[in-house]
Amino acid sequence: MKRFLGFVKKEFYHIFRDKRSMFILFGMPVIQIMLFGFAITNEINNVNIAILDKSNDVETKQLISKIDASRYFNIEQKLQSDTEIESVFKRGKIKLVLVFEKDFGQKLANQDQPEIQIISDATDPNVANTATNYANAIIQNYVREESDGQTKPSGIVLDSRFLYNPDMRSVYTFVPGVMTVILMLVSAMMTSISIAREKEIGTMEVLLVSPLHPFQVILGKVFPYVFLSVINAIVIVSLGVFVFGMPVKGSLLLLAAESILFIVTALSLGILISTIAQSQQTAMLISMMGLMLPVIILSGFIFPIASMPLPMQIMSNIIPAKWFIIIIKAIMLKGASFAIIWKETLILFGMTSFFILLSVKKYKIRLE
Amino acid sequence: MRLLLYIIQKEFKQIFRNKGMLPLLIVMPVMQLLILSNAASFDIKNIKIAIVDHDHSKMSRELQSKFSASPYFNVTSEMQTAKQADIAMQEGTIDVILEFPYQFEQNLMKDNLVHIPVRINAIDGATAGVENVYITEVIRSFSQNILMSTFHQSGNQYTLLSVEPIPSFWYNKTLNYKTYMVPGILVLLVTMLTLFLSAMNIVREKEIGTLEQINVTPIKKYQFIIGKLFPFWVIGLVVLTIGLLIAKLVFNVPIVGNIALVYLFTALYLFLVLGLGLFISNNAQTQQQAMFVAWFFMVIFILMSGLFTPIDSMPVWAQKLTLLNPIRYFVEMIRMVMLKGAGLKEIQLHLVVIVSYAFVVNVLSVLSYKKVN
Repeated sequence: MKRFLGFVKKEFYHIFRDKRSMFILFGMPVIQIMLFGFAITNEINNVNIAILDKSNDVETKQLISKIDASRYFNIEQKLQSDTEIESVFKRGKIKLVLVFEKDFGQKLANQDQPEIQIISDATDPNVANTATNYANAIIQNYVREESDGQTKPSGIVLDSRFLYNPDMRSVYTFVPGVMTVILMLVSAMMTSISIAREKEIGTMEVLLVSPLHPFQVILGKVFPYVFLSVINAIVIVSLGVFVFGMPVKGSLLLLAAESILFIVTALSLGILISTIAQSQQTAMLISMMGLMLPVIILSGFIFPIASMPLPMQIMSNIIPAKWFIIIIKAIMLKGASFAIIWKETLILFGMTSFFILLSVKKYKIRLE
Repeated sequence: MRLLLYIIQKEFKQIFRNKGMLPLLIVMPVMQLLILSNAASFDIKNIKIAIVDHDHSKMSRELQSKFSASPYFNVTSEMQTAKQADIAMQEGTIDVILEFPYQFEQNLMKDNLVHIPVRINAIDGATAGVENVYITEVIRSFSQNILMSTFHQSGNQYTLLSVEPIPSFWYNKTLNYKTYMVPGILVLLVTMLTLFLSAMNIVREKEIGTLEQINVTPIKKYQFIIGKLFPFWVIGLVVLTIGLLIAKLVFNVPIVGNIALVYLFTALYLFLVLGLGLFISNNAQTQQQAMFVAWFFMVIFILMSGLFTPIDSMPVWAQKLTLLNPIRYFVEMIRMVMLKGAGLKEIQLHLVVIVSYAFVVNVLSVLSYKKVN
C-alpha cells in the first residue's frame, strides 16, 4: 500500500509540474464550451434568400415584406431572370429562391391558384427542407389572412406542449453534448499516452522491475487524472449552469457521482489504448482520430440516434458518450432520479470494468 | 536536392516500418467514412408516439391508424392512462404523447372543433419542432377530410383562396443526406490526419532526443521541414483519393464538377494544414502538449465549419470567426465543385484565401523553428 501511494504521488508530481500542460488542459475546455454554447445551434435562422418577382404587384410586395420580416429569412438579392438562379446558387451564399409567377395578384383575386416556386439549394438537405417548410408556412398564413372570415379555427386543433424545454432552446441540447464530448476526449487522450510515453522515452523498464502489480500501476496512472478530470467537470458544469442557464432539476450529488463514473470510463478507455499502443503517436492517432468523429456523430450529440439506420443505432451502443448524454440530460432537464437512469449507469459501469480488466491483461510485463 | 531526397526517403521508411501505422493512417479513416456517413443525418424518423385514447370511437381509431400508417411514426401499443405515458416519457422510451379526449367524435361532429393535447419531449428543441410539424400535418389532412365531407353533406360550396407553392430541390432532388455528408466527412478525416501527424512530428524528435542529431548535420532548415512534411502531404492526397472513390462507388455521390479542381485545392490546402501542424509542433515541449493544442483547434474547426450546423444561424461574431477556419473553405469548396459543378471562377476566392493563409502560416512556422535549442 505504501509503495502504491508513493507511486501515485510520483505520478501527481509528474503531471502537475508541467505548468504549460496544466494551463492547456484547463483553459481549452473553458474556451470551447463558451464558444460552442454561444455559437452553435441547429436552428435554421437568417437563411439568405433571393426573390424573382415576375408579377411585381401589391400582393407579391406584401408577401415579400412578410417573408423579409420573419427571423428565418434574410432577403439578400432581387433577381431579374430565371437564368440568374443557377449562378447565385453556384456562388453559394443564397440558399433559397422564391419565384412569383406573372399575374400573381390577378390570379389570387380570381381564385386561380397562382404559383410560387420555392427553389432551394438542396446540397444541405436539412436547411433546404426546413427553409422550404418555413416559406410555405408564411405563404399559407398570408393567404389565410387575405381570405377573410376563414380565420376562425375549425376541425381538430392541436394544443402542443413542449416538455422539459418549453422554449425549445437548442442550448439545452448543445451544452450537455459539448460537456460530454470534451470530458470524454480530454480524459481518454490524457491517459492514452501515459503508458505509451513510458515505453517511448524508455522509462518503462523502471516500472517493470518495480514490485508493483500491473493492476497497481494502472490504478496509479489513472488516479491523478481522475482528480484533474473532476476539476474539469466541475468547471464545465458550472459554466453550463451559470453562463448558459442550464437547470439542474435532479440531484446535484447524483450528477456528480455519474460524472465521476463517466470520467473513469473515459480514462480507462485511454489506459486500454495506452497498453496497446507502441508509441505516443500511435496512441494519439487512436484516441484522437479514432474517437473524435465517432463520439461527435454517434453519441446523439448532434444527430438523433433514433433516426439512424438500425446498424448505426446498434453501433451507437458501444459509444460511452451516448449513455452519459442520456444520463446528464435526464438529471439536468427532467429531474430524473437514479431509479430512471440505473440502466444507463450499469452500462457505463460494465464498460469501465471491461476496459480496466482488458488493460490489466494487455499490460505486458516484459519489453518486446 | 539529393539531400532532400534522402530525408524524404528516411521519413517514409520511418513511417512505414512501424507495422501498426499503415492501418491507422489508411484503414481507420476509410472505415469511419464508410460507417459514420450513414449515421450523420437530420432526417427525423421513427418518432415514438404514445396514443391515449379516451374516446374509443370509430373516428379516434381512424386517426390513430393514420399515425400507424405514416412512415415517420412508431405507434407504441396503446396506453391506458396519461400517467402511464408520462412515466414512459420520463424514462425516455416515448417522444410524443397524444391524447384523444372523451367525446372526441361527438364534439367534432357537433361543433366542428375539438382540441387535442399533445406533449412532446423537447430536450432536443430542433427535433421537437420537426415532430410537431409532422403531427400537425397528419392531423390537418385528417381534419380537412372530415370538414370537406361535412361541408359536402350540408350542400355548401367549399372554396378556399389558395396559393400553389411548388418546391423544387436543386442539386439533391431526393434530399439524400449522404450526398451532403460524405464529402464533408472526408474533408474532416483528411484534415485531422494531416494536422495530427504534423503537429506531433518535430516535437517527437525533441522529446526522444534525436533532434539534436539532426541539428548537427549540414542539412538546411527548409530541407528538414520539407522532408518532414512531404510524406504527410502524400498521405493526405492518398486518403483523399480513396475517399473520393468510396464516395463515388459506394455512396454514389455525384461528381458534377471537375475533380482536378478538388485536387488542386487539396494540394494547396494541405500546405496550410501541415504548416499549422508544424507551428504547433515547434512551439510545444512535449507530444502531449502538441496533441492537446492540435485537438483544441480541430474541435473548433469541426464544430464551426458549417458541416454539421449552419453557419448562417450563428451569431455574427461567430460567423466572422469561421472566416479563420480552414475546414470551412474546404467543405464549401468540395460541395460546390462535386455537387453543383462550380468551376475555377466560383472557387477562386476560396483558393486565394487558402494560399495566402498557407503562406502566412508557413512563414511563421519556419521562423519559429530554431535549429539551436
